[in-house]
Amino acid sequence: MNNVQSKKRANQKSLPFFVRDAFRVCFVIIFISIILLISTFSFDIVPPILNRGIQPVTFPKGLLILIISLTLIVYYLSLKNPWKIEKKLPKPFFITLLNFVLFVIISKFLDFFLAISVLSVLVSYFWGERRILYLIMVSIIFPIIVFIFFETILGLRFPPGIITNLYYY
Amino acid sequence: MENLSLMLAPLFSSKLLIVLFFGTLFGLILGVLPGLGPTTGGALILPFTMTLDPLSAIVLLTTIYCAGTYGGAITAVLINTPGTPAAAATCLDGYPLAQKGEAGRALGMATVSSVVGGIFSVIVLVFFAPFLAKLAYEFGQPEYFALAIFGLTMLASIGDGSPIKNLIAGAFGILISTIGKDFMTSIDRFTYGINELSEGIGFIPVVVGLFAMSEMLIQSTLLNQIFKRVALKAVKLPTLKDYKSTWKTILRSSGIGSFIGVLPAEGGTVASLIGYSEAKRWSKKPDEFGKGSIEGIAGAEAANNAATGGAMVPTLALGIPGSATTAVILTGLIIHGVRPGPDLFREQPEFLYGIFGAMLIANIMFFILGFFGAKIFARITLVPNKLLWPMIFAVSVCGTYSLSQSMLDVWIMLLFGAIGFFMRRYGFSVVPVIIGLILGELVEGTLRQSIVIFDGNWLLFLTRPIALTFFILSLIALIFPLLKKKRK
Repeated sequence: MNNVQSKKRANQKSLPFFVRDAFRVCFVIIFISIILLISTFSFDIVPPILNRGIQPVTFPKGLLILIISLTLIVYYLSLKNPWKIEKKLPKPFFITLLNFVLFVIISKFLDFFLAISVLSVLVSYFWGERRILYLIMVSIIFPIIVFIFFETILGLRFPPGIITNLYYY
Repeated sequence: MENLSLMLAPLFSSKLLIVLFFGTLFGLILGVLPGLGPTTGGALILPFTMTLDPLSAIVLLTTIYCAGTYGGAITAVLINTPGTPAAAATCLDGYPLAQKGEAGRALGMATVSSVVGGIFSVIVLVFFAPFLAKLAYEFGQPEYFALAIFGLTMLASIGDGSPIKNLIAGAFGILISTIGKDFMTSIDRFTYGINELSEGIGFIPVVVGLFAMSEMLIQSTLLNQIFKRVALKAVKLPTLKDYKSTWKTILRSSGIGSFIGVLPAEGGTVASLIGYSEAKRWSKKPDEFGKGSIEGIAGAEAANNAATGGAMVPTLALGIPGSATTAVILTGLIIHGVRPGPDLFREQPEFLYGIFGAMLIANIMFFILGFFGAKIFARITLVPNKLLWPMIFAVSVCGTYSLSQSMLDVWIMLLFGAIGFFMRRYGFSVVPVIIGLILGELVEGTLRQSIVIFDGNWLLFLTRPIALTFFILSLIALIFPLLKKKRK
C-alpha cells in the first residue's frame, strides 16, 4: 500500500508544476483570497469616534492574509513531499454536480417541488436505478411526504411555483 | 441530592422519555449509515426541534449525539466501513474479529465499552462542567479571546490530515462568519449588494452542505464499491474472561476520551485513535491488535463515546464547542434562546441537569436498542445509495429552507456541498470550517473589545495570567502536531 502511494507521489513529481494537484489547489485558494482581499478595500471606513478597537475591514483582511500565507506554506511543503494523485472523477460525479445546478435553475424559475423531483429522479437513474416503481417512489412519493410533513408539522410555506401553487390554491 | 433529583427528572417525564427513545433510534440509524452521522443528522433535525420546548430539543440533539457515536461501531464491525469517523479505529479489530465468526462478541464488547465510556463521561460532565463554569466567571473579553484562539489552534491536531490545511479550513470558517453586517458598526462586509447576505450566512446551510451534500458527491464517486458484509446472528454480552482482559482498557479509554472531549474542537475521532493506540501500548498482547483484538475494540469504543460527555463540558460551560456535533447542539441552544456559559449554571440548573440526566439515560437506552436491535440496524445499510441519497437530498433541502424560509440558504448549502467535496478530496478537513464559523463572532468580538479595553496596546494581553496560559497552550497546540509529523 505504501509502495503504491509513494509511486503515486513520485508520479506527481514527474508532472509539470502547473498540472500538479498541489499547485492547482493552492492557486485557486490564493486567487480567490486575493479577489476577496481586493474587495475589502471597498468596505466602508468607520469614523474614529464610532470605531470600536479596529476597523471592521481589518479583521477579514488579516484572515485573508493568513489564509494566503498558510497556503503558500502548504505549496512549499508539497514541493518536498508531493501530494498523491487522486483518481479521476467518474461520470456520475459530474452528473450529480450538474444536477445541483439544474436544481438551482428549476427552483428559481419554475418550482421548488419540481426541482426536488427532477434532481431525485435524475440522480437515482444515473446512479443505476432503472425500476420505474422505485424511481416514482424516490422522485414523487417521498418528496410529497417530506413536503406535507414540513408543511403541517412546521407550518412551513414553500416558495410559489407552478406545482406548489396548485397545492396552495 | 437536589441535583440528582433534577438529573432523574427526565425519567419521570413521558414526553422526555419519548424524545429520548426517538432520539436514540434516529441516532442509531444515522450512526449506522456510512456518510451520515450525528453532525449531519443533528443539523437536519434542528428545524424540527422548533416544535419542541428548549429542554426537549436539546435532549433530542444530545441523544442523537450519544447514540449516533455508538451506531458507527455496528457498520465498522459488520462491513468494515465506519458509520461515523469516530468508529474508524473500531474497524481495525472489529471487522477481523467478525470475519472469524465472532461478530456478536465484537459488537457486544463495542456496546458494553461504549456504554461504560458514555456513562463515565456524563459523570465527568456533572462534576467538571460546573467547576469550569465557576472558573469562567474570572474570564473577561481578553480571556475569552485567548480561549477561542486556543480552540482554533487545537484544530491543527484534529484528524490525520495536515495541521496547516486544518488551520486554513478554520480561518475559512471564521472568514464566512464575517459575511454580512458587522455586528458592532453595521458596516456591510462581503455582501456585494445582496440584501439577504446582510444577515450573514447561516450555520445550518453550511453544515448540511459540508457534511451531507459533499458526502452525496463522494458517494457518486463510489458507486461501484462493493461492501463485504459479515453475517450477524445475535449480539453477545462479553464473557467474564473478556471483562477481565478489558476492564482496565475500558477505564483508561474512558478517561482519555473524556479528557480529549473536554479540549475545544477535539472530538470522538481523535479520542478513539488515542484510546486505541494506548490500549495497544498497554496491552499484554499487542501483536493481536489489527487481527481481531477484543481490547482494541474496547479501547476505541470506550474512548469515542466518552468524548461525547467531555465535549459537552466546554459547550455548556463556556459556549465553545468541543466537537462538530456539539457545534450543532450549541446552535440549537442559541436558536432556543439558551445562552451557554456560567450564568446558565446559576439560573437554569434544572435545564442543565435535565440534559445530564438525559445523556445518562440515552446511554442505557442505546445499550438496550443496540443489544437487541443491532441485527435490524445492520440491515439499514442494505438500502441502496441510489435510493437513499436522493431521499436525503429532499430532506436536506427542505430542512435548510425551513429555518429562514430562504432559497438563498438552499443554494448556499449546495455551494458548500461542492466546496466540501473538493476540500475533502484534497485533504482539508471540513470540521475546522464549522468550528471556525461558530467561533468567528466570538473571536472577532472579544478581540475588538479587548483592544478597546487595552487602549490599542496588544502587549497588555500578556499581563492577564489566564489569557497568557491559553496563548501558551495555543502555541503548544500549534507546535505539537508539526513535531509529531516531523518525527513520523
